[in-house]
Order: sequence, then C-alpha cells, then structure tokens
Amino acid sequence: MNGAHDMGGVHGFGPVEPEPNEPAFHAEWERRAFAITVAMGATGEWNIDMSRFARENRSPADYLAKSYYELWFAGLEALLAARRLVSAEELAAGHARGSTRPVKRILAADEVDQVLSRGTVAVRESATRARFKPGDRVRARNLHPGGHTRLPRYVRGHLGTIERVHGCHVFPDSNAAGAGENPQWLYAVRFEGRELWGAESDPKLKVSVDAWEPYLEPA
Amino acid sequence: MPSVHKAEPHDHAHAHGSELSETELRVRALETILTEKGYVEPAALDRLIETYETKVGPRNGARVVARAWSNPEYREQLRKDATGAIASMGFAGRQSEHMIAVENTAKIHNMVVCTLCSCYPWAVLGLPPVWYKSAPYRSRAVADPRGVLREFGVELPDETEIRVWDSTAEVRYLVVPMRPAGTEGFSEERLAALVTRDSMIGTGLPKSPAEAP
Repeated sequence: MNGAHDMGGVHGFGPVEPEPNEPAFHAEWERRAFAITVAMGATGEWNIDMSRFARENRSPADYLAKSYYELWFAGLEALLAARRLVSAEELAAGHARGSTRPVKRILAADEVDQVLSRGTVAVRESATRARFKPGDRVRARNLHPGGHTRLPRYVRGHLGTIERVHGCHVFPDSNAAGAGENPQWLYAVRFEGRELWGAESDPKLKVSVDAWEPYLEPA
Repeated sequence: MPSVHKAEPHDHAHAHGSELSETELRVRALETILTEKGYVEPAALDRLIETYETKVGPRNGARVVARAWSNPEYREQLRKDATGAIASMGFAGRQSEHMIAVENTAKIHNMVVCTLCSCYPWAVLGLPPVWYKSAPYRSRAVADPRGVLREFGVELPDETEIRVWDSTAEVRYLVVPMRPAGTEGFSEERLAALVTRDSMIGTGLPKSPAEAP
C-alpha cells in the first residue's frame, strides 16, 4: 500500500536526532509490548509479513502520530482481533473471558535462546532459474498494490542494475496476504542517485534496494 | 506528541505520577489477557527483554569487525558468506538470518537504512536506536545521505562514493568500516573497542586510538 511508512525521499521531517547512550527501551510498557509481540509471533498464528502489514495498514495521520512501539502494539492488537484470539470484551475487561482457542505453539522460557538464535530463514529452494544476473539493466515496475509490498515508491519506474543475486526468498506480497510463500528470486538492485532524484542529486550517490523478480522488468 | 517523525514518546506525561497512560494500561491489560489464555509465558517475556537489554548488542558486531580487520582469512570468509562467518563467532538468528558485509574503502562509504520500517541486524547490533527507526532518517538516508552524515558529525570528501543499502527484504547489512590509522599490532579486543555501533550502520566512523577509553 502507498502508506506513510514508505518514507524514502519525503521532505519535512527535520533533522536526525541521535540520543547519546540510548537505552534499549524508554519505558516499561515498551519492554512489555516488544516481548508480547515477539512471543505472539512465535505462536505461528501469523508471519512476519503479516506483522509488517498490520503496522503499516492505517491512515497516514495515524501512522505518523504513533511511536515505534505504539505501532507494534497497534499491529499486534489488529492481528489478535482479526484472528479472534482476543475479543473487544476482553480488552475492555482487562481479563480473559469465556472459551480460549488454542494456538499452534507457545514460546517457553527455556526455548527463547534457541528460537532467537535460529531465527526464521526466508530462503527457499527454487524450481526456476533466476531471470537476471549481475550487471543486467532492469526497470523497477510501476506497481501500486493496495496490499503489502516491499518495493519502495522512490524506485518505481526507475532504471537500475542488478548487483547481487540473493537467492530465492519468500515473497512478502503473497505471504502477507495469506496466499502462500510463493518464493521468488531476490536481487540487490543499484540505482544512481541522479536516476532517482534528478540532476540536482549528489553525483556520487548510489542506492540499492532488495527487490524480488516480480518487481522488475528487463530494460 | 508521540510520533515517529520526532523522538520516541517517553510517556513522561504520566510516568512520574500514579496515573498510567492509556498505552501503558492497554499493554498491561493485553499482557494479562494473553497470559491468562496461556498464549504467552511470563518467564519467556522476561527472557526476551533480558536478551536484548543485556546480551545482544553492538559489541557482537564490533568483534566481527575487529576480526575482519586483523585476520585476512576471516575477512575473505565474511565477503563470501557473511552469515556463516558471523555465525562462526556465535552470533546468529532473528533479524540476521541472511547477512551481507559491505566494506568501506578510501573511495566508497556504505550506509544502511530501512525506509519502509526498521529492518536491522539484531544479532550483531541489538535492537535499532530510535533515530534509525525515525522518519527523518528513513526519509533522508536515501536522498541526502551526506546531509544526514553531517548531522552525525561525519564529513566525507565530495569524491567519496556513497552507497546506501535500503533493507527492503530479509537480507541484513553490516558495514565494515575502515581500520583506523595507528592501530598496527592491536589485539582484536583493543580493535573492537574502537568499533562503534554507528560505524557499523555507516552513520559514524570508528574511534581513533586516541579517542579510545
């Protein structure tokens, strides 16, 4: 979706403000929101692409008004509601009510280290050959899907060069929609700054994005 | 105002009083519900928080960079298979499943961003700082990286090529900064002390030996 999350090249947000000696979390609720989001992700009731879409799928005003962990929390609430794992009545009461549908798995404390160090691998075997090779010229397609996509607006329609072939990876556009992993070849695609931002751009700038094959066409 | 285009809200409005903010109450209520339903185990939540507050952080990445600086074989391994090279030091997993190391040289400076959300190599750098997730960085890193670098106090020569890597997939990028001058003969441990988090994102440079503690 063309949402507020797709920020590359947007003007007016002001300077970057690093915080010296920044802590991992700034409030107790951030710790808890982080932990329940990761733990619920481990239940297998949704995938990472669904999580990302749940965070970005809101009005631009709402997205920009929320802090980072507020977005995580809003995304989690949306996922839980859509899967009927938590009801509005329960949220209002602050307690579980009635029957509880079992989830696929529950993250136990003694499994945490192993689950984190294993991660979730996105590479899949491929039955097809990669269409592009390093050095090939490609154009990012001019796509504007209403659902989740990982092709940023600032590269759409622009000419780039295949820089690396990453392998065949789970395709977020399908995976977020619950339409299966639909693995696709993934490439690092390099764009010249002037191609993206015009003649006034820094002549020594090159920007790479990771783009799945369906995002690209030969040029 | 809580917003991603400024710093993180710290809920200061209520944090010091007895009254809890709406967000704090909602998070607390949801944790209670999920625990009562048996969907989350409180000890697992504590373990998750503890891991990223005390165990996993940029010191991991600093050790990788220090080894690459001092060991040419390891550097070559990092170039060919960064995921494997990093895993061989015991750092692997969530948000670092597919790693690529990009090396700075006298001619090329690399910088990493995630314009769409907050993708970041957790296993080597820990959780991302607020500025990395903020709208100013996400919007400008790809269009005006030199301007962003200036805000970090880094001024690069005009002729230096700037390579920005927008982390739009599950591939995570680690910048290997240039080894500072005057560090000949340093142990990996001494070298690691010069490697800052920001130098591995590309918004900073490593410390010089004179700046090291």
